[in-house]
Amino acid sequence: MAYISQQLLNMLQLGSIYAVIALGYTMVYGVLSLINFAHGDLFMIGAFLCFIATAKLHLPFVVVIVVAAIGTAAIGVAVERLAYRPLRDAPKVSAIITALGVGVFIENFTLALSPYPRHVPSVLPNVCWNFNGLTVSSIQAVIVVLSVLLMAALDFIVRKTRFGTAMRALEWDMKTLPLMGVPVNTIIALTFAIGAGFGGAAGTMYAMSFPVIDPYMGIMIGWKAFIAAVVGGIGNIRGAMLGGYILGAVETVAAVALPSTYRDVIAFTLLLILLIFRPNGILGVPKTLKV
Amino acid sequence: MVRFYAAAFVLLLLIAGCSNGKDDSLHIGVIAELTGDIPAVGASCKNAAEMAVKTVNDTGGIDIGGKKYILKLQVEDSAGRAEQAASAAQKLVTRDKVIAIIGPNASSGAIPASEIAETAKVPMISPWSTNPKTTLDPRTGKQKTYVFRACYMDSFQGRVLAAFAMGELKAKKAAVLYDVASEVLKGQAEVFKKTFEEKGGTITGFETYTTGNKDFTVQMTKIKNGSPELIFLPTYYSDVPLQVQQARRFGITEPILGSDAWGSHDLLDLCGKDCDGSFFSSHFSANSTSPRVKKFVDDYKALYGSIPDDVAALTYDSLGLLFEAMKRAGTPTPEAIKNAVQKITGFQGVTGTITFHEGSGDPDKSVVILQIKDGEFKWFTDVKP
Repeated sequence: MAYISQQLLNMLQLGSIYAVIALGYTMVYGVLSLINFAHGDLFMIGAFLCFIATAKLHLPFVVVIVVAAIGTAAIGVAVERLAYRPLRDAPKVSAIITALGVGVFIENFTLALSPYPRHVPSVLPNVCWNFNGLTVSSIQAVIVVLSVLLMAALDFIVRKTRFGTAMRALEWDMKTLPLMGVPVNTIIALTFAIGAGFGGAAGTMYAMSFPVIDPYMGIMIGWKAFIAAVVGGIGNIRGAMLGGYILGAVETVAAVALPSTYRDVIAFTLLLILLIFRPNGILGVPKTLKV
Repeated sequence: MVRFYAAAFVLLLLIAGCSNGKDDSLHIGVIAELTGDIPAVGASCKNAAEMAVKTVNDTGGIDIGGKKYILKLQVEDSAGRAEQAASAAQKLVTRDKVIAIIGPNASSGAIPASEIAETAKVPMISPWSTNPKTTLDPRTGKQKTYVFRACYMDSFQGRVLAAFAMGELKAKKAAVLYDVASEVLKGQAEVFKKTFEEKGGTITGFETYTTGNKDFTVQMTKIKNGSPELIFLPTYYSDVPLQVQQARRFGITEPILGSDAWGSHDLLDLCGKDCDGSFFSSHFSANSTSPRVKKFVDDYKALYGSIPDDVAALTYDSLGLLFEAMKRAGTPTPEAIKNAVQKITGFQGVTGTITFHEGSGDPDKSVVILQIKDGEFKWFTDVKP
């Protein structure tokens, strides 16, 4: 019993991190139909900012996560302004190649500055509670709770605020929106800021939980979060959250039931099968192209 | 204008290409993991190689058949990747015309590079590659003639560690977690499991992950469920802290045993107090009392401000072996050097006494077991073959 609940908790922690990162992919896709392949590397930047804030500046956790989120958001906006905006009217494939290029640039830039794995000192009190054999660490609790809060906040922003309305309208029709007096560039920049900011926050939480970071850490996790976003229905915010938890669950179950070597094989096979039956993801709706 | 720059660039390349190898100097290639997953390994290798070459050049160069040659190092980055290691080896043999290659250190790079060295007939000494396939040709089952290593092999290491776990640490049940993406670590894990079971022990968990994973919570939960008396972690130093911390977080207090992949001083900074009390096998102990080791450690410290790790020591010995072979060879050709390395017996290196047997690139030497104590690597015991 304790074994199963322990694995459930592991699942929840993994799923929360995937979900928060998947949001960044899905939001950008929603407004621009662009897959921001550099997002996993923005997550890595978040973890490195967390390292600087904790190891060099010795800030407390709340400040660390805010600094990392804002710093990553700023980089996200800069990437949009410098790399994606000039290509907004170019063919989609050019934008995707640019996104891949930006990702490789960020990795190698970080690599040039600091190729060594870094240890992030813990700024959270590390307490373990034992419930009848189930061990819950304070870090796990913070990650799960904070992720849920962040997602609830985002859901509120998208559904209830003027910015959220504009974002959803942009998704609907990018050509007509400026005629209604909506500042499209500002909305897109804000979307990037929020998406990257979430990536930065996820990077911080990840670095708190798994405190050895390196410039390549964003690649695999970025891919997985991207897949989570696709499974949930890319472009759909609630879908990304759902997809994150589904991927976390499938991976954990695969590793528990079978030798852990097959973890990724099983996880991705199941996802492929799911996509055959729901090609637009679980919550996605097929986009009709207006002529 | 573009055309002008292109022409100038090509011209520059030509000039650079022509200026190689016209003086009385010999080029030695080094392939190190300067970037990638294990940059500390690459940095140690490069530092030790530069130091070894500087020591020789300071005495006016190396004496081969009565003539002094100045040595030049050509350091290439393998980024810890197989394909980049192969292209670095290719570049060293074709463009730089090196007379010998030191490295790559990780077996994943050393195996493909060794194929190129063997085909090009350039001696290669890998300081740290413990996988049998580095010196053995898997197609013919024969030893490669131009490839050597300065360390002992995985199979030997896995056997010694299993014996140590059961003997000194008195463990009857053990769990293993290793990186399947690494051929070396997989080899160590498998040999450990085989030996441990042969000696009557039980393996309660045999878990894996792939390079880049940082979340081991699922595996650790499974391992804890099997209640082992010891955990064997043949994993690289950058993953070790995460695994040890996650194990401790789940309340696993059993002793942890590692392999030579732990042997970087960065581990102490990355792991902090969590790794205290753990054991791992190594090639070299920096707090040895032998005057040869002391001098090496002091010189290295004076140059780079840090204590040399086992990669540094093995690289230093690899170059030591190479210099010894060059002196004995009489003529500075790759073939003469290869023949001389094969005949080296009782070479006194900083990692122990190294002896080669004719027709084999694998030396005879002993395994050092270190313990992490008070933030330092402390010598625990020596295990002889």
